[in-house]
Amino acid sequence: MQNDIFDVFELAGRSYRSRLLVGTGKYADFEQTRLAIEASGAEIVTVAVRRVNITDPGKPNLLDHVDPKRYTILPNTAGCYTADDAIRTCRLAREAGIGNLVKLEVIGDEKTLFPDVAATIEAAKVLVAEGFDVLPYITDDPVACKRLEDIGCKAVMPLAAPIGSGLGIRNPYNIRLILEQSSVPVIVDAGVGTASDAAVALEMGCTAVLMNTAIAGAKDPLLMAHAMKLGVEAGRAAYRAGRMPRRLYATASSPLTDLLG
Amino acid sequence: MRVHINGEDKQFDEGSSVADVVASLGLAGRRVAVEYNREVLRAGDWAATPLRENDALEIVHFVGGG
Repeated sequence: MQNDIFDVFELAGRSYRSRLLVGTGKYADFEQTRLAIEASGAEIVTVAVRRVNITDPGKPNLLDHVDPKRYTILPNTAGCYTADDAIRTCRLAREAGIGNLVKLEVIGDEKTLFPDVAATIEAAKVLVAEGFDVLPYITDDPVACKRLEDIGCKAVMPLAAPIGSGLGIRNPYNIRLILEQSSVPVIVDAGVGTASDAAVALEMGCTAVLMNTAIAGAKDPLLMAHAMKLGVEAGRAAYRAGRMPRRLYATASSPLTDLLG
Repeated sequence: MRVHINGEDKQFDEGSSVADVVASLGLAGRRVAVEYNREVLRAGDWAATPLRENDALEIVHFVGGG
């Protein structure tokens, strides 16, 4: 058996043990957010950038509960429909003192929340040139992923299925193509529904999985966070262990000799 | 003078700086970022940036999201 049950991966110059990245949206309160992150074992946590409510600015802040010293904070550009808005959002996030890492998403359609591929590529070019470590959310399209890698993105993050849909990996063959061609981490982002979906992504060889709704939208988010942790760990271990070949016919597990006469 | 902050019109005294506005909103020392007329303004420049009539500020922070 390999000694290191948990192997690490590198992302934008830092190494991580947990292959589960989690969002912080849709929880009942900050305390539940904090506990879910803890149960998930995640080391990278996404956040959104929004206007401060200036009529009630003193409200408690997410980062009072999710310690940036303990977690790598990954600001996203969710809700941006143009490259320009996504770029402005990233610049603001960096100015807020979190660092260079950003999850770039430029949405192209409000019903499916599928990315605008052209605008994502356009924004990625500008952001990489400005020194950001860009992790783009993108369709499960090998060509788009290749373009983003060539631009200098630090990972590619193809969707498994629409954001918040919980449908699991809808096109494993495309994910396989992306895995085969990529020399940056491939992080499945969005669409995972339950622990087996996460396990499948890791078993295929994906570097990590990013999710929010699958945990926050479960009846018991803390238990699901734990389940996702196990799913990701199981999937990764199975990938590294190397599965047995599939066979059409049975092969007995018990000896075929010395049976009763 | 009138200044647009996060899409709302607010009145401030002539000569107010961005730092004055941030402080008056109770946000001094909080983890917020400011965009001044669509350009990011570093926190170190807030005090030296006087506001003029019809300037626009965006003041943002981090919230829960995926």
